[in-house]
This record gives sequence, C-alpha cells and structure tokens, in this order.
Amino acid sequence: MQPHPLVRFSKVDKSYDGVSCVVKSLDLDIARGEFLTLLGPSGSGKTTTLMMLAGFEVPTAGAILLDGRDITHLPPHKRGIGVVFQNYALFPHMSVAENVAYPLTVRGVDKAEAKRRVDAALDMVKLGGFGGRRPAQLSGGQQQRVALARALVFEPDLVLLDEPLGALDKQLRERMQYELKQLHERLGKTMVYVTHDQSEALTMSDRIAVFDDGKIQQLAPPTELYEKPSSLFVAEFVGENNRLEGTLLGMDAGIARVKLDDGVELRGMPAGNIAAGVKIVASVRPERLALGGEGHANRLSLTVERVVFHGDALRLVLRRKGGGEVMVKLPNAAKATPPERGSTLEIGFDLADCRIFEAA
Amino acid sequence: MLALMAPSVVFVCLVFVLPIALFLFRAVDNSDVPRALPKLALVIGTWNDGELPPEPVYRALVADLTVLRGSPELAILARRLNYALPGFRGTLTRTGRMLPASDVPSAKDALIAVDAKWADPEIWAVLRQQSGPVTDFFLLTALDRKRDVAGDIVPVAGDQAIFIDLYGRTLWVSLGVTLFCVILGFPIAAAMARATPATANWMLLGVLVPFWTSLLVRTTAWVILLQNEGLVNRALIWLGVLDTPLQLVFNRTGVYIAMVHVLLPYMILPLYSVMKGIQQSHLRAASSLGASPLRVFFTIYLPLSMPGVVAGATLVFVSAVGFYVTPALVGGPRDQMIGYFISYFTNSAVNWGLASALGAFLLLLVAITYLILGKLVGFDRLKVR
Repeated sequence: MQPHPLVRFSKVDKSYDGVSCVVKSLDLDIARGEFLTLLGPSGSGKTTTLMMLAGFEVPTAGAILLDGRDITHLPPHKRGIGVVFQNYALFPHMSVAENVAYPLTVRGVDKAEAKRRVDAALDMVKLGGFGGRRPAQLSGGQQQRVALARALVFEPDLVLLDEPLGALDKQLRERMQYELKQLHERLGKTMVYVTHDQSEALTMSDRIAVFDDGKIQQLAPPTELYEKPSSLFVAEFVGENNRLEGTLLGMDAGIARVKLDDGVELRGMPAGNIAAGVKIVASVRPERLALGGEGHANRLSLTVERVVFHGDALRLVLRRKGGGEVMVKLPNAAKATPPERGSTLEIGFDLADCRIFEAA
Repeated sequence: MLALMAPSVVFVCLVFVLPIALFLFRAVDNSDVPRALPKLALVIGTWNDGELPPEPVYRALVADLTVLRGSPELAILARRLNYALPGFRGTLTRTGRMLPASDVPSAKDALIAVDAKWADPEIWAVLRQQSGPVTDFFLLTALDRKRDVAGDIVPVAGDQAIFIDLYGRTLWVSLGVTLFCVILGFPIAAAMARATPATANWMLLGVLVPFWTSLLVRTTAWVILLQNEGLVNRALIWLGVLDTPLQLVFNRTGVYIAMVHVLLPYMILPLYSVMKGIQQSHLRAASSLGASPLRVFFTIYLPLSMPGVVAGATLVFVSAVGFYVTPALVGGPRDQMIGYFISYFTNSAVNWGLASALGAFLLLLVAITYLILGKLVGFDRLKVR
C-alpha cells in the first residue's frame, strides 16, 4: 500500500459565478500508476476537475495535493503534468519534432539528448520518421499520437487526457483506445482520462468516477460499475438498461420483493436501504434477459413489437401489458430463428441481474 | 456570373486601371515637343556633338516657329522646354516675338542675333534630347538626375536635388509610423482578443469610430489638440510636467502623432482577427509542458500572431507611403512627403510629367516592398482576413 495517493482532491469546490458550484465538495484519491476515467455528461464537472488538476482553473475552496504537496495555487508550468487536449493543441508553426521537443527545450535539455528522446517518443507512438512534417500534414489519429508523445516525452508522473479521442472516427477511436491502454500498461504512468463515452471508459479504465451535477456518483472498477451501479443515474448512464417501475413490497434476507405497476411481482438486489411501500425502479440489462422463463427467478410475458438486426446481435423491442417497453439483446447465434412480430413471449432473468433503485 | 460582374469590371477599368495607365504613360510622354516642332524633329538628328548645328537645323526651327507664332502652343512648348533648361522660356518667347523672315540668307546668324543663347551648344543638346516622342527627362528628374550636353546621365546640382531625400523621408516616416502602430496596436488587439464578447464589442467600437470619421476631421482635430495653446500642452502644463508649451505640431512629432492615430485601426483590425483565432488550448498546452508565461508569449503567442502583424504592418506602411493630407496639415515644410509633391506638381505647377514620374516610382516602391515582404513571409500571409 502506498503511503499516500499520487493525487488527492480534498473538499474541492469550484464556482465560476460565485453562486452555483460546478464541482461540489469533491474528495478523490488517485493511486500511483492507475488509469482513472472521469465519466459524465457535459456540464457534470468532469472537465473542470481535470482543468483544476492541470492548473488552468483554481478551486474556489479546498485543496489539491500532488504526491503529498499542495499544488492548489501552483501555476500549470510548475506542475510537471502532461496534458493531452481534445483538439490536440499541436503548435502549427512548429514541425512534429519541434512540437515533441518543446517540453525538453523549455527544460534546457541539451540538443543531442533531446533529439534522442524525441525520436524515442515518436517511435513509441509509431510515428518514427514523421519528425520533419508539419502538424497540418498529419491525419487526426497521427496528430493525436504526436500530442501524446509530447505529453509523455518529459516523463511526467501524471498524464491528463481531456477527451483525446473525441474528434476521431469510430474505428480509429477503438484502435487508439487499445494503443493507449497498451501504452499505459507498458509505461506504468498514472493517467486521468476524461470522456463522456461510457464504452470508452469501460474498455480502458482501472477505475471510473461517474460525475453528475458536480459530484462523483460512483467510483468503482468497470465491472463493478456495470454490474452493481449504486444509483439509477449510474445504471442508466453506463450501459443499456430496462426500467420497470413499481413499489417495494418488502425485504427477505437482503433480497427485495417488488410489485410492478402492472401487477407482476419480481425479486431483485436492492441498491441501499429502501423502505417498504416506496416507489422503485427495477433495472435489468438487455443482454441479461433470456427467452423462456424456466429456471429464472423473474418472469415477464410480453408481445414482440419489433426485431432489429445489428449484425452480431439481435434486439427485440417488446411491449409489456402495462404499456412499457422492454429491450432484449440476443447474440446472433447460428440457426437461431428470431421470434415473429406480434407473437407473445415469455422472458426470464435472475434476481442477481435485477437491481432495485428508489425512484427519483 | 460574367454578366453580373461585367459592370464592376468595366467600372474598375474605366476609373482605375485606365487613368493609372494613362498617368504612368505621362511620365515618359513627350508628344508636345515633336508636335510643336515637326520640321526640327526631322533634321536635328543629323547634328553631331561639339560644334553648333548646321544651317538646315536653324532654318527648320525658324520654319516651325513661324507656324507657331502667336498660338498658345508656343507658350506650352516654352513651359515644357523651360523644365529641361531654365531660361529656355525667355529665349523662346523673345525669338517668337522677333522671328527673322524665313528667307534670310543665314537663319543661324539671324537667330543668334535675336538671342545669343542660340550660339550655345547646350540649348541645342536639350532640343535634340527633347525632340523624340518619348523622354526619360521626367523619370531622371524624379531621381535627381539629368542628361548633360553629351547625353550622359549626371546628378543635378546639390540645391536642386530634392526628390531622393523626399523618397528617403517618405520611407523613413512610413517605417516609423508602422513601427509605432505595431507597438501600440499589439497590446490593444491582444486585450481585445482576450476580452469577453461584450467588452470586445465596446473596444471594437472604440477602434472603429475614429476609423469611420473623416481623415480631414481627425487631422484638423490633432492640429487643435496639439498646438501651443492646445488641450495637450495645457494639460501637461497644468499637471506640472511642462513649464513652457512643447512644439507638438507643424513638425515631425505632429506628423507621427496624427499618422499613427489615423492608421492604428488598420493595424489593430487584422491583428485582432488573427489573435482571435489563436486557440487557448495552444497556450495552455505550452504552459502544461513547462513554459513560463513569458516563454509562452515568445514561443507560441507571438509566432502565431505574426501573420496579423505582417498583414497589418503592410497595410499601414503602404497607406503611410501615400499619405498627403495629414503631413500637409500637421507637418512643417521639412516634413512633407512624396504625396504632397505629386499633388503640387499636378495642381499648382501643372507639370504632369514630373507628377507622373514621381507617382510611378512611388508605385514601384510599394510593389517592391510588397514583393520583398511576400518573399519573406509568404504572399498568403499578406492578406487581411
């Protein structure tokens, strides 16, 4: 166990207008070497948190510690933190090599040593030999790699990435996610990554902090976040989700019994303490619903409304008797015949896959 | 499309391209002389240097002058030749008045009897040089040069050499004004680019209102503000900075103050538009990479705003070189620029040939400046965005 975390946010508030806070009483520890993602919708405070860590915004209250040292009011150029920006922020009047050499030049590293390190950094991001080009002559993905090389070349302990893949197309984004993750594993740097793309967060992170309304709603590893969301907001923001509204009947040995508004009774895992008689929302992931009710704790009888083909999967949009929609995601297995439109289906799911939240 | 553009193309050709071409041609046009002296123009080529011209040349001149006598063309010819040789007007007028008959035995002796200058080879050298359809006389004069009796290009006498100094002064004042505009305009444009949209709009208005105000009004305002009993001097004395008024107008200081003020918007506007386009993330990236604010300014902000500096400086310099009203009003006699003399030779002295020659060199000067800047920083950067 480390004696202290690499980064510690302690009771940090940030307000731009002095009235409403964008970040509210934030406490967050970032461990050395971890890949932490700040995930949230726009305006949730995730980018502001990153900018405070980089030094471009000053907290209204609270303190930020880097390696035990208070850096709350330290200007950005004295922090030694690598930052990768959403629009890459490569200097257009410098060549690729000059861009990557910039942090070394600023630090007075001698020419030969700087050249060696620049070449190594460009090789690392698979852009060896591109040093003489101008940033404008590179593709978006290449520019992003140069930005990454520039943020890593001075060997900072901490690298911040502000939606670095946001401007890339889907295929390139997925490849870059993979490369970035590999780079993280190889270098062991601490990386803090901001994104609003939940699948990106799930793929890359050691831990994810889900932001909403200036607060961290849940801070957990990806699996836990997906399987055991602590609130309805997290369940709905991360991954897909079926909402089934009803009332809590009672608890049996930690298992909640609920009655849906259309009268069907279900059992599921409650998130937190919920009193009997309270309005609840039961949440089930579409891929955890199975055709046929046998052997499952919960069953629903539904009408097929639409069948949507996704290549690797099929999505069934089903209509409950009460009127609500339920979505089922089925792998596109060989010889599977999709159910017909208008037919009635029985589906089942386990109580461990059913999370019960207090209705907001 | 072509039909829609046609009116503007015709307009530009008629009122811009054509007049400029005609005036540029006036710098070498010499049709006045051969038209007035057709017979002389035919035979004077037979005369060789050294001696006085032979009898047929004298006789041709007498014949031409006989035709011209009493017509206004003689006065035009006399004025034109007087540019080339001071005193020619007197000689020609007197000769016209006391012209010998065309059948005297020796036209040479008769002319010399009227005016002894006809025995001077210089007057004949001038006539021969000026008898062609085109002349380099005005162009040479604009460069303080002339042709001597032998036809070689030589500098004019010291007290007549004014134009090279004038070009130097014009360039020097324009460079100074450009430099001051860069120094003053840069921080203003930078502050505007950083300001909130509301503040930036007010600042822009502050730049544009003088820009929309008539040049004449602004220049006159400076005369009133800067004179010895003007607002500026009185304020400085009241503040105790000065004891006696400072001479701020009708000298070079006044020219700089008024010209910088008039031209500053031309610096600020292109600079502002370039600075507005500098992304904050570039500056943030530099500082996150370890650059101090001063270093961020010199390695990132300044290079990225350079296209604006170059575009603005070109605009200010090119405008300043052609300035005429402002130096005429707030400058002293030693502060007049080339534009003033072009105007003087056009309106007062009615020497359009010299005015055109001065204008041609001014145009050349601006073109060369533009080419050099274009080569140095790239032509696409000279555009005002």
